[in-house]
Amino acid sequence: MAAISKSVAVGDTLPDHVQGGISRTTLALFAGASNDYVRLHIDSDYVKEAGLPDVFAHGMLSMAYMGQLLTNWMPQDRLRYWNVRFLAITPLHATVTCRGEVTEVFEEGGEQRARLKLSVSTQDGVSTLDGEAVVAI
Amino acid sequence: MIDKSHIGTVSEARMIDIEKGQLKFFAKATGQTDPIYFDDDAARAAGHPAIPMPPTFAFSLGLGAPPKNGNLFDIIPDLRGILHGEQSFTYHQMLYAGDTATLISTIRDIYEKRNGALEFVVQDTDVKNQHGALCIQMRTVTVVRNMQA
Repeated sequence: MAAISKSVAVGDTLPDHVQGGISRTTLALFAGASNDYVRLHIDSDYVKEAGLPDVFAHGMLSMAYMGQLLTNWMPQDRLRYWNVRFLAITPLHATVTCRGEVTEVFEEGGEQRARLKLSVSTQDGVSTLDGEAVVAI
Repeated sequence: MIDKSHIGTVSEARMIDIEKGQLKFFAKATGQTDPIYFDDDAARAAGHPAIPMPPTFAFSLGLGAPPKNGNLFDIIPDLRGILHGEQSFTYHQMLYAGDTATLISTIRDIYEKRNGALEFVVQDTDVKNQHGALCIQMRTVTVVRNMQA
C-alpha cells in the first residue's frame, strides 16, 4: 500500500502539527483510551499530596501527537524506528507544537530511508520531547 | 530503592485483543483527524484490512496486559515520583483492529544516578501477532525521582 516514493531531501521539514490546549478532560480521556491509569495525570488530590502543584500530561500523549506529525506526512507502514526522550513535564492547558526535519537519507535493509529529527515544545517555548525516527521513503 | 534482583526478569506471555472500539476511543482522545484511524471504510479505502493500530499504541497494550512477573508498578516501591524517561519502537509489521497480540517483557536494567536520587528501569517488550510474527519491539525507560534521597 501507499507505494509512492516521496522525493525527500536533507533539510526538508514536516508540516508543524499543533495540538491542545490539553485540558483535564483530555487527560481523563487519554487515561482511559491508552490504559494509563497513573494517578499523577488524573487525580489532583493525589498529586497535591505528593507535593506537586497539579496533574500533568502523559508523556505518551505528546508522543501520540508526534506520531500524528509522522503519519500526516507518511503512511504508518513506512515507519521503521522511533525513539523519544521526555525532557520536561507538559503542564495542564499547554498547547504543543510537533516539528520534524530530515537529517539524513541513506540506504538500509534494501530500501531508501530517511532519518528525521523530531521535537515537541509548548507555547512557552519549553522543549518537552525530542527524538528521532527512521522511515522508508 | 528498587531491588536490582529484578534485572533479567522475563514476564510470562500475555495475550491481548486489539479492539476496534478502543482504537476509535484512542483516536478521539488524541484529537486524531485522519479517518483511517477511526473509520473502517476509510481504512479499507487506504488499503488497510481494518483500522490500523497507531504507532504508540503498543505501549497501551503493555499497560492493558500487565505482567505478573516484572510488572513495573509492583517493583517500583513509590509511584509518586515516576516519570517516563525514554520510549522507543522498532516496527516490523503492522497490527490492526481484530488482531490478537502476545507480549513478553524483560527487565533489561535497573540503575541509579545522583547517589540514588534518580533510579532508572529499562524494560524491553516484544509484541507478536496471532500468527507468531514479531511486529513491534519497544523499550521503555522509567525514571523514579526519590524526593527524600
